[in-house]
Amino acid sequence: MSESRITPMTAAEIFRRRELTTMQRIQRALHRHPEISPLCVLLAALVTFSFASSRFLQPSNLSLILQQVSVVGSLAIGQTLIILTAGIDLSVGAMMLLVTMVIGVLAGKAGVPGWLSLGIGIGVGGFAGFLNGVLVAQVRLPPFIVTLGSLNVFIAIALLMSGGRSIPGADLGPFLVATNLSFPVGPFQFTVGAVLVIAMYLAVGFALSQTAWGRHVYAVGDDSSAARLAGIQVKRLLLSVYTLTGVIVALSAWVLIGRVGAATTSSAVDANLDSVTAVVIGGASLFGGRGSLLGTFLGAVIVGVFRNGLALARFDVLYQTLAIGLLIIAAVSLDQWIRGVKAQR
Amino acid sequence: MNASIAIDADSARVPVLSARGLVKTFGPVVALDGVDVDVYSGEVLAIIGDNGAGKSVLIKCLTGAEIPDAGQLRVEGRPVAFRKPQDARDAGIETVYQSLALSPALDIASNMFLGRERRRDNILGRWLHMLDKRGMRREAAEKVATLGIQTIQDITQVVETLSGGQRQAVAVARAVAFGGKVIVLDEPTAALGVREGGVVLEIVRKLRNQGLAVILISHNMPHVFESADRIHIQRLGRCAGVITPKTHTMPQAVAIMTGAISVADSLPGAAAGNPGRAGDLEG
Ligand SMILES: Nc1ncnc2c1ncn2[C@@H]1O[C@H](COP(=O)(O)OP(=O)(O)OP(=O)(O)O)[C@@H](O)[C@H]1O
Ligand SMILES: [Mg+2]
Repeated sequence: MSESRITPMTAAEIFRRRELTTMQRIQRALHRHPEISPLCVLLAALVTFSFASSRFLQPSNLSLILQQVSVVGSLAIGQTLIILTAGIDLSVGAMMLLVTMVIGVLAGKAGVPGWLSLGIGIGVGGFAGFLNGVLVAQVRLPPFIVTLGSLNVFIAIALLMSGGRSIPGADLGPFLVATNLSFPVGPFQFTVGAVLVIAMYLAVGFALSQTAWGRHVYAVGDDSSAARLAGIQVKRLLLSVYTLTGVIVALSAWVLIGRVGAATTSSAVDANLDSVTAVVIGGASLFGGRGSLLGTFLGAVIVGVFRNGLALARFDVLYQTLAIGLLIIAAVSLDQWIRGVKAQR
Repeated sequence: MNASIAIDADSARVPVLSARGLVKTFGPVVALDGVDVDVYSGEVLAIIGDNGAGKSVLIKCLTGAEIPDAGQLRVEGRPVAFRKPQDARDAGIETVYQSLALSPALDIASNMFLGRERRRDNILGRWLHMLDKRGMRREAAEKVATLGIQTIQDITQVVETLSGGQRQAVAVARAVAFGGKVIVLDEPTAALGVREGGVVLEIVRKLRNQGLAVILISHNMPHVFESADRIHIQRLGRCAGVITPKTHTMPQAVAIMTGAISVADSLPGAAAGNPGRAGDLEG
């Protein structure tokens, strides 16, 4: 193409048109499609663990992994939205337990019908998320501090409501534990909860990639003052993100109640940090504006695959923790390198 | 064309955008100390002044990016109070801010349509609010091509991979591509090469000939004197005077800008016949 130009090229132009090195090509590709790296990690893990244990790739085990990651994967949807806006949410786990206890007390003690308890739980989740959003968007406090505070508030209320006891599934009625019902799809077993989570991924993924709202989420996370000058209502957008996250968290509580078979505060203690882990391994940038829900889904599955595969290979649980820790550091380093794309050119 | 006739014609009309007594402070810093501005359809009003004179703050107050502490804004004679940039956009005021206000992670087309995205014209668009990505890309490419901005080639390129001048071109294209009544450009040519700078000035002239009002901030005096009808000189948060390229020379403008002379010194009685502006000169 350069031969056809009439004017001779300057040295700088020749330099600009130089062939990219392989590394630069990889860097550009990863920059455009942040989900490539978690996909590679996942494939490598699947291959490795299938050698380590013959049971690993069996449909029953793969179905189990999907069920095991459904709660964290669900929280990670909300976490992705918030991290895309350059925030972080330390309270989603506590909020999920709060909603769990609200639903449990209403259905198990007050005798409210299951569907209505869930509806009220969703309202409580949305309102709790909205309060986080008000503190972040209106009062302009850093999301880390806001959610560190609300984490403690939510967990305290949840414990006060439970009185230290869990409410068994038998008291909750069939509707609330229905998320644990499973049905076969070919050789695999899907639970209603897992299907619900996948549907949430599809719905929120559509909103992020195909609507103006999704674009605005990226723009605000990228540079919120630029987004404001470009005519985006930043406060309103942040409120919508935090409120939607609350609703997603409430649905996660439903999935959790089904998986545990009870409403209890003693489960899913690591779920909050695991949700951050899934988002980061999924290729999203903690600086905001970059990442995708597909990446987060892969990230959540990777965490589940590592935990399950290492357990099957009879490694101590501490090695699972070690492996996840290394994965996080590798993912963040990779993100830093990918972000270097803009420095070139 | 005779300068005094042009000014007389102006004073008979209602300014499309006008401000009276704008005050803006940031804690102890007084950025604007009672500034009046009028801009009419079909004219280019340049704003010049030293660094920190308050030019950017002034246009931010005119375009909803900052809320003035005191003062009154009018659009076509009607009082308005902009709370946010979108309010000014809705009133037909498009702005290129000095910071450009682009989203680095989005591509050129997404940036041009940021805040006014187009939905698909079918059920998916109406019910699911699905974006018409292809349509927006096509339209963005067309608009860039009609404006004659050749430095932008691939409309799907991500903004963070563009050079400073290319980014500036994208910001200018975004502001002028969607029409409006008033186009505000805060140093739109600062990072542009000679050719692209010329293209932007050509666009400014075209917009004026189409009857739009253009507010142009620039440190480039030849650009200002080439394209402006009137020049608002901002100095230390106040308006040091409004001159025209016909009545003043570049050295005089710079002297007023730096406070070496006042407008009254430079041209006794020159701006007479326009009582509205005589007030400015004393302020
Ligand atoms: N957000 C802000 N907070 C505090 N002070 C500000 C802010 N914005 C502007 N100022 C102050 O207001 C004054 C005017 O700034 P402004 O940006 O309008 O200058 P300018 O004339 O545009 O200069 P330049 O030619 O360098 O762009 C400066 O003293 C600046 O420090
Ligand atoms: Mg400025």
